[in-house]
Amino acid sequence: MTDQSLSTRVKVERSMARRRRAETRFRLYGMASILFGLLCLVVLFGNILSKGLSAFEQTVLTTDIYLDKDFLGLSRQSPESELLNGDYEGLIKEYLKESMQPSGRSERRDLYSMVSVGAHWQLQQLVVNNPNLLGDTVTVELIMDDEIDQWLKHDHEKGRHGRLSEKQTEWAQQWLDEGRLKTRFNVSFFTNGDSREPELAGVHGAIMGTFLTLLVTFALSFPIGVAAAIYLEEFAPKNRITEIVEININNLAAVPSITFGLLGLAIFINIFGVARSTPLIGGLVLTLMTLPTIIISGRAAIKAVPPSIREAALGLGASRMQVVFHHVLPLALPGMLTGTIIGMAQALGETAPLLMIGMIAFVVDVPGFINDPATVLPVQIFLWSDSPEQAFTERTSGAIIVLLAFLVVMNTAAVMLRRRLERRW
Amino acid sequence: MTFSYLLLILAVFCIAAFLIGKGRARTMASTSTLSSLPSHYGSMLALWTCLPPLLLMLIWGLVDDPVIDSLVTANLPAAVVEHGSTAVQLAISKVHNLANGADLQDDPTLAPAVLHLVELQARNQLISSGVIIALALAGFALTLGRLVPQRNARNEVEGIIKGLLFASSGIAVLTTIGILSSVLFEAWQFFGKVNVFDFLFGTVWSPQVALRADQSGSSGSFGAIPLFTGTLLISVIAMAIAVPIGLMAAIYLSEYATPRIRNYAKPALEILAGIPTVVYGFFAALTVAPILRDAGAGIGLDVSSESAMAAGLVMGVMIIPFVSSLSDDVINSVPQSLRDGSYGLGATRSETIRQVVLPAALPGIVGAVMLAVSRAIGETMIVAMAAGLAANLTANPLESVTTVTVQIVTLLVGDQEFDSPKTLAAFALGLVLFLVTLCLNFVALKVVQKYREQYD
Repeated sequence: MTDQSLSTRVKVERSMARRRRAETRFRLYGMASILFGLLCLVVLFGNILSKGLSAFEQTVLTTDIYLDKDFLGLSRQSPESELLNGDYEGLIKEYLKESMQPSGRSERRDLYSMVSVGAHWQLQQLVVNNPNLLGDTVTVELIMDDEIDQWLKHDHEKGRHGRLSEKQTEWAQQWLDEGRLKTRFNVSFFTNGDSREPELAGVHGAIMGTFLTLLVTFALSFPIGVAAAIYLEEFAPKNRITEIVEININNLAAVPSITFGLLGLAIFINIFGVARSTPLIGGLVLTLMTLPTIIISGRAAIKAVPPSIREAALGLGASRMQVVFHHVLPLALPGMLTGTIIGMAQALGETAPLLMIGMIAFVVDVPGFINDPATVLPVQIFLWSDSPEQAFTERTSGAIIVLLAFLVVMNTAAVMLRRRLERRW
Repeated sequence: MTFSYLLLILAVFCIAAFLIGKGRARTMASTSTLSSLPSHYGSMLALWTCLPPLLLMLIWGLVDDPVIDSLVTANLPAAVVEHGSTAVQLAISKVHNLANGADLQDDPTLAPAVLHLVELQARNQLISSGVIIALALAGFALTLGRLVPQRNARNEVEGIIKGLLFASSGIAVLTTIGILSSVLFEAWQFFGKVNVFDFLFGTVWSPQVALRADQSGSSGSFGAIPLFTGTLLISVIAMAIAVPIGLMAAIYLSEYATPRIRNYAKPALEILAGIPTVVYGFFAALTVAPILRDAGAGIGLDVSSESAMAAGLVMGVMIIPFVSSLSDDVINSVPQSLRDGSYGLGATRSETIRQVVLPAALPGIVGAVMLAVSRAIGETMIVAMAAGLAANLTANPLESVTTVTVQIVTLLVGDQEFDSPKTLAAFALGLVLFLVTLCLNFVALKVVQKYREQYD
């Protein structure tokens, strides 16, 4: 007896070293998993930031250009329609030709291609805004083509040509030495719509589209979500129908978002004839997608209001509707708003269902209302990521940074709201 | 534009009705006892004034376009109508553009239809505004005429509001019905053109359909097996990343981590779930895929530039927080007494976790994994950007595969023809996707729920 217990004891003691090692190993696996997750997060953010931060800078060439009245065929009294149609592109080409003296046709073409096709709009804007500048020499920061832009940002310091020809590099170097070629903050990235030219493409259109789409989503999903949460939590009888509705909502929350796009296409567009590509249809689809999130969090918020408050109000003669709207709802509203903001953040990042309802169209104009053709930020990112130019990769990362910034702001707002307003009972 | 004017008019009516009703109730109160508050009478009047016209407006707005279009079709040239429904749709949209003053080539054959459309639209606007305003006024007059102290306005108003609340919660059910009916209807049409078994068990997927009847060699082949295997392959890779790492992270967070670490690490991990999928897709396509390709080239493996591996790995990372937070909840709800019992018998912490906590939490963890699988199957953007379009029937994770969701997106982006199997195939795939994820979710939610009840 004693012998045997001793031998068990010895067995256990002998196994202890192995068991402790197993314990440490297990613990390390856990730690490694967490660290792996965090590492992914850091790598992802670092990767996007390192690729995208340069999108917020733009290469420009400081130029003193003479607005030749005779060349443009304009005078200070010309009406705006004529001012708009001046040959500003030719003026820039003329200027480049004279200042750089290219030899031969192919060199000339190389030289002209170094300035963005959008540069003449800069001159046009300048003249239209102030016709008195005609006949004067003005100093403009001309936007350069994306290839120069990429060369200056990535290749110049390493002494590479990038995608530039030898001659182009020479010219660019000359401008650089004169201190005229430089990068400045990329305003047009935030003021322009989409464009086929990377140096002119901006996110303004996509941001407006996103804003309008989310506006529609919020205007529909918040009231409907709150109403549904109130009904299910306060009024619904405990029966089969209520149960079906509840199961339904939980299931919808986990249905792939792409199926909501199919619904939008087959029902909203094909049957009800809602115009495609608009923030309206986008908002409708995203409303259906975010409703379950809002309803579930809304119900949790209502559940958190203690019954004593309802009973007190009922005891004083309030109807059940008055109890809900005068007492329960105001107390549950912060929680509901938090849930709604989280739902909106989800909708903000959603891409797949919007592809099917035509929000993937190439839209240059900035949408002004909910029935203008529009695209949204995530879809813009998807569109740009398909473009082969290196400059578009940079823009894509830039747009992702903008999108992530919006998400951070919304989630921070939700957390702040929760901290500030939520009461613990 | 008339739409917003009508809304504005109704809003003004609503406020006016409320004030009038409240005022009327106040004057009644001086002579007799009211059964409700004056504001209830005001609300009742306002609701009866505005709710019916709003409903009518909604229904009208939904049906007027199709009705007008069908009326205009009658005025289209016979040659167009003979060409079939696609030609009619084209002509109708052209008529609409012409009527809106678009700068199109004038087509004299469409002129009568354009005139008819303009006339119908004008008449529609006039009639709808008239009827809606008349309905509002009628509702107002009828309710005001019977505004007597005995009428219990509070119950009436609350009844209506309760009805509205119920309708709101019904929208979720309508959504499900809408999804199901839209995919069922179009899928039904698809299966009228393509055999169900050819679709489910065919091994060649090339949805190109001949543009002309006499074209040969591209009749389209809709065998979805390569898509199913592609989806499966990517999901398996994603799960191979997400399940062990997510589960270990959950175990560490709930069993080992100090509250301090937990407070920081848990939300940090959950950030991964909040990043838009298009960002992951970009990362997978432009960072992970080239790295894999270079690494593959380094050890002599031929890795496709759009490989299942890249998409699966990144998707796995995206799903980690999904698995970890669900399993964390599950592990936390295992009663402490089970652990204490195990410690009392001399087990170490890891032995307790492996032999007591995990078996006890297994049903819940299985539910969590099922939810994660359904998410992996339904994920679109990562695969659309990183996995490619080639429908290869392969189990090699280094090759390019395509998935159900990618094909749905590719088939539906761009030109859609709702009479060609190419467009309809997307809905058949949607049906499969919806049913599979629905089953997974339904079972998973049931399992998790049952498990919770067990320990409550």
